Amino acid sequence: MFEYGFLQQYWWFIISLLGGLLVFLMFVQGGNALIFLAGKDDRQRQMIVNSTGRKWEFTFTTLVTFGGAFFASFPLFYSTSFGGAFWVWILILLTFVLQAVSYEFQTKAGNLLGKNTFRVFLTINGCLAPLLIGTAVGTFFTGSDFIVDKAAAGDSLAPVISSWGSGWHGLEAVADIRNVLLGLALMFLAATLGCLYMTANIDDDALETNLRKSLLWTSSGFVVFFVAFVLAILLSEGYAVDGSGTVYMEKYKYWHNLIQMPAVLVIFLVGTVSVLYGIIRTLAGRSYRRGIWWTGTGTVLAVMAVFMIAGYNGTAYYPSSADLQSSLTIANSCSSEFTLKVMTYVSFIIPVVLAYIVYAWWSMDRKPITTSEIENTTDKY
Amino acid sequence: MVDAALIGWSRAQFALTACYHWLFVPLTLGLAVIMAVMETLYVVRKDDFWKRTARFWQKIFGINFAVGIATGIILEFEFGTNWSNYSWFVGDIFGAPLAIEGIFAFFMEATFVAVMFFGWDKVGKKFHLASTWLTGIGASISALWILVANGWMQHPVGMEFNPDTVRHEMTDFWAVVSNPVAVTKFFHSVLSGWMTGAIVVIGISCWYLLRKRDVRFARSSIKVASIVGIVGTLAVMFTGDGSAVHVARYQPMKLAAAEGLEDGGTRAPFSIVPGVEIPGMLSFLATHDIDGFVPGINDLLEGYVTPEGVAGLSAEEKIARGDAALDAFRQYRETRDTNPEAAAEARKILEQNVDYFGYGYIKDKEDLVPDVWLVYWPFRIMVGLGCLLLLLMVLVLWFEHKNRIEQMRWLQMASMVSIPLVYIAGQAGWIVAEVGRQPWAIQDLLPVNAAVSSLDKGAVMTTFFIFVAVFTLFLAIEIRIMLNAIRKGPEKGPEDAVAGE
Repeated sequence: MFEYGFLQQYWWFIISLLGGLLVFLMFVQGGNALIFLAGKDDRQRQMIVNSTGRKWEFTFTTLVTFGGAFFASFPLFYSTSFGGAFWVWILILLTFVLQAVSYEFQTKAGNLLGKNTFRVFLTINGCLAPLLIGTAVGTFFTGSDFIVDKAAAGDSLAPVISSWGSGWHGLEAVADIRNVLLGLALMFLAATLGCLYMTANIDDDALETNLRKSLLWTSSGFVVFFVAFVLAILLSEGYAVDGSGTVYMEKYKYWHNLIQMPAVLVIFLVGTVSVLYGIIRTLAGRSYRRGIWWTGTGTVLAVMAVFMIAGYNGTAYYPSSADLQSSLTIANSCSSEFTLKVMTYVSFIIPVVLAYIVYAWWSMDRKPITTSEIENTTDKY
Repeated sequence: MVDAALIGWSRAQFALTACYHWLFVPLTLGLAVIMAVMETLYVVRKDDFWKRTARFWQKIFGINFAVGIATGIILEFEFGTNWSNYSWFVGDIFGAPLAIEGIFAFFMEATFVAVMFFGWDKVGKKFHLASTWLTGIGASISALWILVANGWMQHPVGMEFNPDTVRHEMTDFWAVVSNPVAVTKFFHSVLSGWMTGAIVVIGISCWYLLRKRDVRFARSSIKVASIVGIVGTLAVMFTGDGSAVHVARYQPMKLAAAEGLEDGGTRAPFSIVPGVEIPGMLSFLATHDIDGFVPGINDLLEGYVTPEGVAGLSAEEKIARGDAALDAFRQYRETRDTNPEAAAEARKILEQNVDYFGYGYIKDKEDLVPDVWLVYWPFRIMVGLGCLLLLLMVLVLWFEHKNRIEQMRWLQMASMVSIPLVYIAGQAGWIVAEVGRQPWAIQDLLPVNAAVSSLDKGAVMTTFFIFVAVFTLFLAIEIRIMLNAIRKGPEKGPEDAVAGE
């Protein structure tokens, strides 16, 4: 029923979708980045952590599933990038580890480090995680320093398939400004989403005023860095693949991808416009609190388009700047046809999962969080 | 040449993460069932006492849950960061259960755990109860998929090697899922979590009894926990028996190491401790036949023939076949584009020897023997503690049933002391399973020295110590917070106010 080429494209679509959902859910990180900036006193900070704290498991789980899905569908990426860009991924993971315990521990008696230390941990994760993930994803366009040699498995003494050139093991990505631009754009986008989410989720005038002020600078930062990244990438050379699987450099490759795939162009434009619409309406209308849904949906679409530009239309999505032919494409790095087919059947359950998430989310968030709720309940952070 | 120190540190890092992860997971699995039973009693009997009881254990669950998640995410990504060759070589099979785990189980856990913690006043009673159960079911399903993956590493099935892509590829998903090793491992591990949850609940409850406070809460908790614990432990024993048969069949070296059995044979004795043996018992456990043949370490190295005439290859023969497989693989890669006939011939030889592929990376047959003491002793600790804890739970339930538990101060003390013991038993079990299969990352197909990432050992060492510091700090904080919560005790109900007057 499904042929191999289709399955590869389908799984790149699933990865793109998960990537989009992950970035949207990073409103949790963005909110935490603002604990000390938008939260002017302890009461406000507590509202912030209780707002993001009821959703953090979704972000975390999406990250884990994103990793698992990448492993299952494109294992050569998992092997090459995680084993190679070691320090970047370890740093990202460490910030998430700090985050995972910080909610539960922060206000509990006997927590050794005190409330503010755990909130600092949350802030570190809130800033660094999107910054580093964005920088790492930047290398999907700019390339990394690695070599893949599958035949090396035949060497009984050194059977290493993927090896990384740079001793910095991933940290060298900051040397390319385009990666950093995407990292910064993602960091400010997460903060923007955080402001928008909390505006909808918390009913508190003083905090709302702070959030709206923060929204102005976070969204401005996002727009500046995102536009700079997009322009830099569209004007760059890109890593193209021909029909035989040979990788070569093509001028304006990513621009070509955008215009040669009108559907992706539409998704990208609709996403971007929706992101901006949510921000602008929230900034303009004092009583408007639903911006998160516009900007959130737009984020999912725009990020999906970014991944599609990186992987579709004869493009190497994880290029090697050290050895062009080592670059990973969706065809040379994916799982076998059988595995992709099994996983495709598994993926049909995703709408069911989304349905119960939406139901549980709606049940829990019918009323925004208020000061009196936080004061009167014991079920809080 | 792959640096031996790099392999050592990579193994240490993975072992560290796995051991810490397994400090938190079993309590999650066990408490999930116990508190769900309690909340069910609340909904069915409409007695607020059970709500307060369930809520207390949910608080303990919450403190523990987050650290389990934190260590779990590291484990998942360590397959890529530290074992990149492994990730490609078997990612086609191994990745699928991990992805399915995320889609099926983690989202269920994540969605409903938030409803459980924060939804008491936001959703109806029944939806809340369903959420509590679904949190536990989600946790168990996530254990299922990771144990399917682990079971496959112990006994790889349902795949074939593809020399063009240089990896094993899945050919039969059902064989992977219904792998007998995986099924047994799932029940053995998850139900050992019930044991852990039960012993922790009983131990903490006995602390209240010793202090003569929250007596009704403590006794009710003991009743639920000991029933769950006894059911769990009996099932753990039953699956442990199945596990022994599987190990004998698929990983005979692990069994020989676990028994410290140098030379095997029929009517092999079971060693209780060095010097104390039960004749024929090992044969019975391993083959369900007192006259069954069990090979020892030397037999496995030198080769053997069973009385039925079944021959076991020597280590040298296996290594020779592994070398032949690797040679043929190289030959195939070199000739596949230029000389189809030679390539076809090489491929044939590869297929004939592919079951021993991993032996091609083994240089010394002694490398095929795991550290015997590190398998032998943990095995005895696991089994011994398992029996002891079962006895304890039976006694606790008996005295509770006879209304005499409050007077049994020695039993209360013993229950408290048992809390660390149940953790030691669980850790010992994983040490047997994982150290016992060394040097294999995947049994017979990929040894750890061919699975590791190409990293500087300094990087792995540094992250090892960072993880030691972070995990240990979290463990210390978790224990402190838990002790505080225990001292505070469950929420007070109207009857407590009356009793206090």
